[in-house]
Formats: sequence, structure tokens, C-alpha cells
Amino acid sequence: MSSENGKRLLETDAGCLNFEATELTLGLPGEPRVTSDGGAKLGSKRGFSETVDLKLGDNSQEVKLGHSLQEAAKSPASKTQVVGWPPVRGFAKRGKKSCKYVKVAVDGAPYLRKVDLEIYNSYQQLLTSLEDMFSCFTIRNYLNEKQIDQVNGIEYMPTYEDKDGDWMLVGDVPWQMFVESCKRLRLMKSSEAVGLGLKTAPKYSSTN
Amino acid sequence: MNYFPDEVVEHVFDFITSHKDRNSVSLVCKSWYKIERYSRQRVFIGNCYSITPQRLIARFPGLKSLTLKGKPHFADFNLVPHDWGGFVYPWIKALAKSRIGLEELRLKRMVVSDDSLELLSKYFPNFKSLVLVSCEGFTTDGVAAIAANCRFLRELDLQENEVEDHRGHWLSCFPESCTSLVSLNFACLKGEINLASLERLVARSPNLKSLRLNRVVPLDTLQKLLMRAPQLVDLGIGSYVDDPSSEVFSKLKAVIQLCNSIRSLSGFLEVAPCCMSAIYPICENLTFLNLSYAPGLQGNDLTKLVQHCRKLQRLWILDCIGDKGLGVVASTCKELQELRVFPSDPFDAENAAVTEESLVLISAGCPKLNSLLYFCHQMTNAALITVAKNCTNFIRFRLCILDPVKADPVTNQPLDEGFGAIVRSNKSLKRLSLSGLLTDQVFLYIGMYAKKLEMLSIAFAGDSNKGMLYVLNGCKKLRKLEIRDCPFGDVALLQDMGKYETMRSLWMSSCEVTLGACKTLAKKMPSLNVEIINESEQLEFSLDDRLLVDKMYLYRTLVGHRKDAPEYVWLL
Repeated sequence: MSSENGKRLLETDAGCLNFEATELTLGLPGEPRVTSDGGAKLGSKRGFSETVDLKLGDNSQEVKLGHSLQEAAKSPASKTQVVGWPPVRGFAKRGKKSCKYVKVAVDGAPYLRKVDLEIYNSYQQLLTSLEDMFSCFTIRNYLNEKQIDQVNGIEYMPTYEDKDGDWMLVGDVPWQMFVESCKRLRLMKSSEAVGLGLKTAPKYSSTN
Repeated sequence: MNYFPDEVVEHVFDFITSHKDRNSVSLVCKSWYKIERYSRQRVFIGNCYSITPQRLIARFPGLKSLTLKGKPHFADFNLVPHDWGGFVYPWIKALAKSRIGLEELRLKRMVVSDDSLELLSKYFPNFKSLVLVSCEGFTTDGVAAIAANCRFLRELDLQENEVEDHRGHWLSCFPESCTSLVSLNFACLKGEINLASLERLVARSPNLKSLRLNRVVPLDTLQKLLMRAPQLVDLGIGSYVDDPSSEVFSKLKAVIQLCNSIRSLSGFLEVAPCCMSAIYPICENLTFLNLSYAPGLQGNDLTKLVQHCRKLQRLWILDCIGDKGLGVVASTCKELQELRVFPSDPFDAENAAVTEESLVLISAGCPKLNSLLYFCHQMTNAALITVAKNCTNFIRFRLCILDPVKADPVTNQPLDEGFGAIVRSNKSLKRLSLSGLLTDQVFLYIGMYAKKLEMLSIAFAGDSNKGMLYVLNGCKKLRKLEIRDCPFGDVALLQDMGKYETMRSLWMSSCEVTLGACKTLAKKMPSLNVEIINESEQLEFSLDDRLLVDKMYLYRTLVGHRKDAPEYVWLL
């Protein structure tokens, strides 16, 4: 049997992207890859189908069944998936929702970043993640009403632009509502916010 | 019974309602066959290609309710290409032509076109009930036709369908004169609907018992709907996001207190956890809770909710409830019969949400447990053996370890003994799905003990043909066998060809079955359709019989090859 006949290709559905190729790896100096409780591994979200090449061995009919799985195991970072596994119908609709990437601008940073709001479950997670992403800065943590140790003395207020185009302080509305309405984030220098009278913490300080 | 007039016998048959029993009755003698077929109103066809609509109509002229299933089960996991088949149009066309008084149509995994729905809505004046599960091929235009034309519609139940949404005027198509709705489920639709129309529809449906909304229906509409329909028994919430201090939310809290008939709750397609406390008053009476589509709820939220649900019989939940949360389920839900734990992120093994520990707790805490679907990151033989000791009533046991060939992490052994214990102690087991590292041994156990088994799903398991043979030889009641990525080949396939006539279907993909063996089987067994799904472009039909077949699906049939197969499906 020719190796061509022995080759079995599981084709992807048209339009399935390989996120590995588009993974962002730029970062500010000294900064680790973005991770959070939500497991924000960029590119770890996969569509169902992934091309997996099952080579059956040249002359025998012996199928190395573990093969497709060995392939998957070799590259845990890219998490190659086997077609149709796990056997969950409509998996893409349960659990993680479709991603919602928004731009994050930090006053004074030379370029913007993007985060997927869907991977976080609370303001706390988001802010922690932003702090990791822009590790040179600290973000004023209104939610717990205490300030995180400042690294270089500059403090930032997390704000966002909502669907109406208004700039809002992060933390006032329930988390889900925020995710729905947030179009972009801006970490504004606290010094600019002087005089806005922001003494009371947002209503959702103790909830997700 | 021969001395009774037909009408009396028929009257007796009226009390026989299960399909199985009616089928048996029809086999007793010619006279009973005749009486039974004229009085039969409900027919179930598990494989739409096993018979033609014409023969169905010829035999059962009094047909009122038809259930049809199309694609093989593995189609749910993207293993079956689109347009493989399962078209309902020919059925509806034939039924319409023959003036059958169809009142109810239930379809699963079929392709339903807008034309089909339109035909359905126009040719059956007494049509009452449409249930579509995991179907595709239609748009909201088709749904609109049903709404507009079925004057006595009682049930419109759309579950997990792929529907192209043309922006919801469909709901507004229910005429003002339509007041007969009992059940309306459109949770799977993605698009906008006219909220005012929805409110008016619910207001004029005094018999409405079941209402499942989609994600665009906001909380304040929910509140208004519940005001109109406090008699609801089954509620599916769409969007559940609001500010807990708002007036709307207070109103919702108040109206929920009045909805004391609700026994089944689902949805929460968008949810703000801080709003969940409003639900607690109805939790006391819930028998079914489905939060598997509510990714916005975390372990703590879920646990808090479940603590109120003492009467729960069925729970569908995401694995983010965690072992701790399931522990609370085990100590709270003593009436639990069915548990389904779905993966919220199958590709994230580090945050293993549920393990074997909570399964053991559930088995110990819930004595009535008989149905399980459990996605987890690991399982041990010890845990399964304990579960088998605690639970002997399983009818369905489906375990999915997300890493398909994972061994017992404690002993590094395959999970043969664990599953063996399950089949040994659960003598009523009808459905089983295996996963994890498994050798031929587990199949030996299944063949030996799973005498009532009707459906078996196997993936990445076994060492040799012996595995499959144990199952085929031992499981006398087997109806559906689906296998992927196992080293089972021609020897197993061809050993007992007559066996497949006793089964509905067999699916084998990425196994070691050759084209030649499939051809042999097809030739020797004319009562089977043997179909090869071949998606590789370079291969042609005439090729080498030694070629390993990618996907094979065979099923028993009374009507030979189907006429609607696409090019890439070879009918042997």
C-alpha cells in the first residue's frame, strides 16, 4: 500500500484559524506572558477542528493510534486538538463564550495592548491581569479600597469607553454588564483625575 | 381474543402505548397486525433511512405523531460532514400528499429546510406540536411560517438547533387568534425578537406551561412575562443581568415569589451572579436545573444556588462548580437521579475543575442516581469501584476523561477494572460511554456483564479485534455501537454479520477496517446499508480493497440504498 493511500487526513472545516500563528508575543520590558485565573493563554482557544495527520506506518496496516494523541501531547503550548474531541455537542456555545477583545491604552505607554474580557470573571481578575501586562505601573485599586504598593510612584485609574461613547470609571456596574458595554479600556494617570471627587468606591466593590 | 369483534380488540390496544409493546402486538397474528396498524397513532423511527415515508403511510394511515432521527450520533461532534443526509423534506411532502392528519412531528439530527416548515404549516390543519432537536438547515423564516399558519399550535420547541437568524419577525407572526400555546422554546435562536410581541403572546396564552427564552430577552421583559404567566412549570431565562438595587429587580423578586409552579429552570445565557438571590425562593421546588449554558456563574454562585434545591432530580451543570460544589450537591440533593457535568474549558487541564473525588461523593450521597454524564480531567479505578459499590441503579453511565487515553493517575493502570466494576454491579445499564486508557479487558467485562446494554460509545480504546468481538458476542441487546480510533478491523467486523441485523446501526471511524471487508459485508447482507464516508480528494472508488476506510456507517434497512447521498458517501 502506498504511503499516500495509507495517509489519512482529517480536514479542518473551512475557515478554522490556527491561533498559534497569530499569537501576540510583544510585551513591555520585563513583563511575563499574560495569565490570570481565567487561564488567559492567548491562542489556547481552539475551534473544533484541527488538521491532524495520522501516518499509518509505511508498510503495515498497524495504526499507531496514539499517534494523533502523541502529536497533541508534543505541543502542549499550542494544544493541538483531535477532531471531534471532547465529545461535547455545541461545546463552543457552552463554557467559554466567544472572545471579546478590547484595546487597552495606558497613558505614557508607547503602544496599546488587547485583552479578551470574556476570560475574566471579575474586576479583580481583570485589574490583576492588567497589572501583570503593564508591570511597570500600578493601577489604583478602588475595589478593595486599598492601594497596591507603588513601584515607581505613578498611579492609574482604570476607565473605559462604553457603548454610548462615554468614558466611565471601571467598577460601577455588575461585571457582566461591564463586559457587554465596554468598548475599550484606558488606564488614566491619577494625577489627571484630581478634582473628580472620587471618594466613594463603586457599588460593586465586593462582588464579581 | 378471536371471538371479540375488532372494535373491542382495538379498544384494548388503546391501553397499550409504548412503541415496543405495540410492535410486539402487531406480530402476534394477521388479525392483530391489521387492527394494530389502523389504530396506531404514534410512530417512532430511529433511523430515517430504515424505511420510506411511503411505506410508513401505507401501513399506518391513522398516523398523528411521528418521531424521526437522522444523522448518526457522532455528527454532534463534527465527525459527519454537512449535507451527509437526513433530510426531512421528502417525509413532509409524502405525508402532505397522502392527507395524513399529522399533529405532531419530532425530529432529531435532521436537515430541515424552510420549505419543509412551510409545507408542514400549510398542509396539516390540526398540526399541534413541533419539536426540533439538534437540527439544522432552516432560518427564522421557516419558524415564522409555523407561527403564522398553525392555528392550533400547542408546542414549538427548538432545542440546540443551528438556525440562521433573519432577525425575528417570526414571533410577531403568531396571529392574535393564537391562544393555544402550551410550550414555547426558542433559547437556541441568536437574534433579536420583538419584545412587545412576546409579551402580548404570553398574555394571550393561558395554557402556557413551558417558556424558554433566548439571550436577547432582558431581565425587565422576564419580569413582565412572569407577571403574565405565573402558572409556568418550566422556565428558561435568557438574559439575567441587572443592577440588584434597581426597581425592575425588586419587581422581579416579587413576581418570582408568585411563581410557585416552576419545577424546571434553565438558561441564564447571560448572567450577573449578584442577581441570583432572587431565584432562591423557587429553588425549593425545582426538580430540574440546567445551568450548563451559564458560563457567567462561578463555583461559589453555583454552590450557593444548589444548596436551596433539596428536591432536585436532574442537574445539568458546568464543571466550574468544582469538587467542593459537587460535594454540596451530594449532601443536599438526596432525590438526585440524573447528573450531567459539562466541561467549561476542556483544554485547560491545570484548572481541573472536577475530579474523581466528587463523583465518589455523589455516588455515596445520592442513592437514586441512575443517569450520569461526567466530564473530568482524571479518574481512578478505585473511585469507579467505589461508585459501583454505591450505585447499582445506573441506566446511563457516560464518563468522559478529557485526555482520551489517560491512565489511572495513581496506579498508572488502565481503567479496565473500574469500568468492569460499573458494568458488573449495574445490571440495568442501557447506555455506556467509555474513556481513558483501556485495553481489551474492559470489553471482556462488558461482554460478560452488560447484558442489557443497548448503546455503547468507544474512543481510543482496546488492543485488538478481540475487544470488539467480546462486545458483539456478549451484548445481546446491543442496538447502537459507535467506535472511533480503535484497533478493530476486518476480523471483528466480519465475524458475525448477522448481528448487525439485530442492531440499528454501527459506526466505525479511524479504525482498521478495509474497503474490501466493507464490500464483503455489503454483498453478504443485503438488508444492511454499508456506507463509506470518504473525504480525501485523491481517492476514487475503484481503488485497492486493502485501503483502510476512514469512516464507515452501516445500518439495517428495509428499503435498500438511499437516493440522497452526496458524492463523498459511497454506498456499497
